[in-house]
Amino acid sequence: MLTNPTSVSNAPPAPGFADAVMQSQQTFRAALQAVAQPGSIHETELECGVPPGLSAGMTATLLTLADVDTPVWLPPEVDEAVRQYLRFHCGCPLVSEPEHARFVVVPAGHAAPALEHCDAGDPAYPDSSSTMLLEVDALDNEPSTASVMLSGPGIADRQCLSVTGLPADFWQQWRANHQLFPLGVDAFLIQGNRLCGLPRTVVVED
Amino acid sequence: MSVSTPYAPTSPPADAVVRRAAWMRVLALAEPDALDEAVQALGALPPHRALRNPERGMAMVRARSGGTGAQFNLGEMSITRCAVTLDDGVMGVAYVQGRERRHAEQAAVLDALLQRADWHDRIQSMVIAPLAQAHSARAQHQARVAAQTQVEFFTMVRGED
Repeated sequence: MLTNPTSVSNAPPAPGFADAVMQSQQTFRAALQAVAQPGSIHETELECGVPPGLSAGMTATLLTLADVDTPVWLPPEVDEAVRQYLRFHCGCPLVSEPEHARFVVVPAGHAAPALEHCDAGDPAYPDSSSTMLLEVDALDNEPSTASVMLSGPGIADRQCLSVTGLPADFWQQWRANHQLFPLGVDAFLIQGNRLCGLPRTVVVED
Repeated sequence: MSVSTPYAPTSPPADAVVRRAAWMRVLALAEPDALDEAVQALGALPPHRALRNPERGMAMVRARSGGTGAQFNLGEMSITRCAVTLDDGVMGVAYVQGRERRHAEQAAVLDALLQRADWHDRIQSMVIAPLAQAHSARAQHQARVAAQTQVEFFTMVRGED
């Protein structure tokens, strides 16, 4: 039996978008709306192969945003199939330190690095900062015990956001991150195929 | 910046790599219509699904002047690539010159089937051998046509040096 020299492990990666142009544009639009209206929840309802350990929304977002120019950080214990999938479909470099990554990817069940350990950007190029893609357990706009009130550009008055599955001190880290403006880290919270954008301008009210 | 290696090769046997490279070259250099005819002659192929649908792109061809000089960009060429997987998990890939999506897909499917022992010999004899022969005949014909216009330059020795 001949061996297959191109694949890393024996199993080939899961398929990517069936229609790469249309589906990545639709996902990009959803991500754009999510950061334009921080705290609102948007759906990326798209068919694509999903590697084990990632949600559909995370996979679609990475297929859309990650490419050869965007180093990606993954938790060290993440499944090798995820790395293989990203290398095959996105061609993105995988880095070992979050501060070197444009996208800091935290699948569900993995510890997120502190926001201060991510790249906050350069004063001359604040857009070169990291963006954290964080999978959470639940996302909702209804008030609950876990809810916070958000305000800032893109929010007419105040936006209620309930998230479970965040790191315990996430909102404290977020306040410190907001102080760095115009530098700072942006974030997407992802649950299933739902997406919520948190640009660095978002203020978390006490 | 510490970038991890693009992929960690599992270092398959060197002769398997050479053989696979040889049939991938034949498939990529085949005339699309000739390849299509050969694939139709094979009959029904096992089901496969696309990992990466055929997509067209550009690649920069680089060269060295005289084969040894500094690298320069010769020009861009259009290429089409495709990756498929069979039901048993064997992956086939193809990068072909031009914009023929069908060519890239058929080359990828045949690349996957050629890695399977039950299809290998049949495809080698029915597809690869005739296509390789056609390609070498084409290359020889081109070489003959080019040879007709060859000009030999020489300089008369004038004896002052």
